[in-house]
Amino acid sequence: MKSQDRLRIGAGAGTSDDRMVPALELAERGDIDYLVFECLAERTVSRENLARSKDAELGYSPSLHARLRMVLPTCIAKGIRIVSNMGAANPLGGARAARREAADLGLGDVPVAVVLGDDVSSIVRHRPELKLIENGEPLESILPKMISANAYLGADVVGEALNTGAPIVLSGRVADPSLFLAPMLHEFGWSYDDLPKIAQGTAAGHLLECTASVTGGCFGWPSKKEVPDLARNGYPFADVKADGSIVIGKTPDTGGRLDVMTCTEQLIYEIHDPTAYITPDCTLDITGIVLTQDRADRVRVEGARAQPRTETYKVNVGYADGYIGEGEVSYGGIDAVARAKWAAEIVKERLKLQGFVYDDFRVDLIGMSSLHDQVEIRPEPYEVRLRLAGRTRDRKAAHAIGFEVRAMHMHGPGGAGGASEPRVRDVLAVKSVLLPRNLVNSQVLVEGTL
Amino acid sequence: MSVRVYDLAHARAGDKGNTSNISVICYDAKHWDFLERELTPERVAEAFKHVAKGPVRRYPLRNLKAFNFVIENALGGGVTISLAQDIHGKSLSNVMLAIALPNPEARK
Repeated sequence: MKSQDRLRIGAGAGTSDDRMVPALELAERGDIDYLVFECLAERTVSRENLARSKDAELGYSPSLHARLRMVLPTCIAKGIRIVSNMGAANPLGGARAARREAADLGLGDVPVAVVLGDDVSSIVRHRPELKLIENGEPLESILPKMISANAYLGADVVGEALNTGAPIVLSGRVADPSLFLAPMLHEFGWSYDDLPKIAQGTAAGHLLECTASVTGGCFGWPSKKEVPDLARNGYPFADVKADGSIVIGKTPDTGGRLDVMTCTEQLIYEIHDPTAYITPDCTLDITGIVLTQDRADRVRVEGARAQPRTETYKVNVGYADGYIGEGEVSYGGIDAVARAKWAAEIVKERLKLQGFVYDDFRVDLIGMSSLHDQVEIRPEPYEVRLRLAGRTRDRKAAHAIGFEVRAMHMHGPGGAGGASEPRVRDVLAVKSVLLPRNLVNSQVLVEGTL
Repeated sequence: MSVRVYDLAHARAGDKGNTSNISVICYDAKHWDFLERELTPERVAEAFKHVAKGPVRRYPLRNLKAFNFVIENALGGGVTISLAQDIHGKSLSNVMLAIALPNPEARK
């Protein structure tokens, strides 16, 4: 075990589109040892794989440039190490880009440790019999359309990357909480057999992985759940001790709110069975966790339990699954809703007359039923925005939706306004399989000189 | 007189595939037993039947003054293929908060 008995791990991003300034504030004023950027949603790796197929140097998170440009001078000056899955579908390419950014910033030769092995597409290609978790069908059913297959790696291999001493560690797919657990394994030498500590570290990672969600983001409600100075909300960190004790805090002199209520919402977020939250590092049980307010903006986390990690990795398989087309147009004033409903029927009939078919189709009256349905019981608003959307294998059929909705300006009920341009997007669907651990060969490479 | 979930608890929705999970967290622990009795999976399934096929499972989290509701087939086939505007179902916590429960005594 190393001599350090406490460390502070900051959360710098919880999604690829997360706000950036709070990460810099955390680096400047948070007194952190590590800054973790979690930037991969379920289908992001598929999208980046497509980018890489067009340009072999791409495939890492495009936000890597802006994020590193903002925080790297501070992090290098203060010795804050960066851990991130911004490598996405091309961690080596991401490492080269990071090193170029460092050089351009005048920081010299900054080595980057790269975690490889999450890309298991060549392995699963030979295992068409693997069962899809979502519908029990064999992987074979989507193999011809597969774009990417990535295992959710755990904290162990990220910890190995930290052992190299490189100031930056970049990975592709790693489970979100594992990115935060890795520095704890590295600094404290925790063993996977020490389940109470692995559990505490994983719970801390889960609390941090959505950044502002524990500091008042996605929480406030006027006069019911007030959040002070939400416009300047800060990002959180975890104070971790070698004995597994955890206190969550946030950047000093920022807005927002960090208390038992905000932490409870995040703790349950995206959990199903609370006795069995499966990560690559353990199966976490949150039913014994006690959250207490230590002092202002500090919440103590105690009582996490865990079972040992499972024998398999979860693998996300991304595949192309046709197109979604959509269009919108607005109606206001007298009989606005009746005209919108009429327009929807006209568009549907015109699409049918052209022979277009859709696997799924949807009509929304935005302002009445686009979020929670039940248009029949909603009060009529003064104005309403009609939205039609459909999913189809046929790109033309997808485009036709927005085209016909826009034509409501001239060929529909009276008084249509503000139609959108026709929109078409590729559907990148994701399903998952479980892959035995021994088939996955994770490894660490270093770009640059240590 | 009825009481809404909104009056007693706060809530947040999360997504995984085609499944939504919605936490219900008491402002005051003294309301937990009332919610355990009245906010049944059946009642939640009824409130969500227009947006989710179900089934609905409920997990008690007394340590957090909370419950976790797991609602299957709630996200238009799943985040990656859904035609909905709110593909993650982030707004679904508001369907939960609007559920009316029959016993006003619980507010005391």
